[in-house]
Amino acid sequence: MPNLKDLKNRIASVKSTRKITKAMQMVAAAKLRRAQDAAEMARPYADRMEAVMGGLASAVGKSDGAPRLLAGTGNDDVHLLVVMTGERGLCGGFNSSIVRKARAHASELLGAGKTVKILTVGKKGREQIKRDHADRMIGHVDLSDVKRLGYSNAADIATDVLSRFDADEFDVATIFFSRFESVISQVPTATQIVPAVFEAGGADDSGTLYEYEPSEEAVLEDLLPRGIATQIFTALLENGASEQGARMSAMDSATRNAGDMIDKLTIQYNRSRQAVITSELIEIISGAEAL
Amino acid sequence: MATMQFDLVSPERRLASFEVNEVQIPGADGDLTAMPDHSPMITTLRPGVLKVSGAEGEKSYFVTGGFADITGPSATILAERAMPIEEVTAELVEELISASQARRSAAKDGAADVAAKYHADLTATLDAIVGR
Repeated sequence: MPNLKDLKNRIASVKSTRKITKAMQMVAAAKLRRAQDAAEMARPYADRMEAVMGGLASAVGKSDGAPRLLAGTGNDDVHLLVVMTGERGLCGGFNSSIVRKARAHASELLGAGKTVKILTVGKKGREQIKRDHADRMIGHVDLSDVKRLGYSNAADIATDVLSRFDADEFDVATIFFSRFESVISQVPTATQIVPAVFEAGGADDSGTLYEYEPSEEAVLEDLLPRGIATQIFTALLENGASEQGARMSAMDSATRNAGDMIDKLTIQYNRSRQAVITSELIEIISGAEAL
Repeated sequence: MATMQFDLVSPERRLASFEVNEVQIPGADGDLTAMPDHSPMITTLRPGVLKVSGAEGEKSYFVTGGFADITGPSATILAERAMPIEEVTAELVEELISASQARRSAAKDGAADVAAKYHADLTATLDAIVGR
């Protein structure tokens, strides 16, 4: 049985851990709000972009002149996986669940005899993927210095991906990120970005016929890279919110666990304190009786 | 006077949203003015100045590119980067021009013309703004 001093130290240390996790939870809650606001503010642009692209893609998509970004290279051999994770840990299963999804996808592709290349965004994902796909990693984007995610971060990633596409380095690109559903639920998601997929009909559901300037093809050519950058930006923002949400609930349960542990240790401490008093009393009483 | 809904959105946030009488848009193929009940149209933008006039007077925004989605009752401008013209500073001008310069020298064959045109439009617009 641990002595009283040890128990006292344990309790003190668990208490300070609880303070830390509590603080982290509150910081994550504040950051989550900001991340959600950012995602909210980015929505009008992304929605409108999606709608216009959907309309355009369904109009031009079938013709022979469709840009490569939409039509694809005609092959399906080399896949690029863009895995987006957080830069920091202590957020429950957030990073691992994205990596698990990406890994499952990679092994499925490898099993089908395809070539897989991996581009990682965020330190945590790179560490985990390096274990068994080190030779397939072709790049890494470090966002650890970024205080506030901006569109330019997404645009940089998009430029990188697109220049690799132009250099025929891959046929299909898929991004992996976590979609934010609520504080307790973040869904790891895979979305194909190249060749671009859009829900058909978007802008056309009102039935209006648009006139395009300079021409449908030229507009589409100009918009596709922007559309991809927007998709990446949306994914980054969703990921940011998910990370904070996951951290918040992880820290919440850590705080609760620490509380339970303190209760248990305190009971143990009181019991052994009483045992000491009792045995002292017995000693005194039996000493008095002996006289 | 008839009005139309005008929205200016960037990837990061909605910059403006109000009723206007007309919008002057720097289209890729030349400037155009959209008024209420304009026929539906989508055009790409070149770097330039977007002018709107509504009940509260005239407002100008600097945009680096993007596209405009015009329907009868509304005009939505999706700009990669946009700001009220008063907020264009000398540092920003420097930054944009050097970034565009770098892109122009990096671009090859097909992309070079596009980059050169972009650069020319950008410098012309920024010179006009700063030189006011």
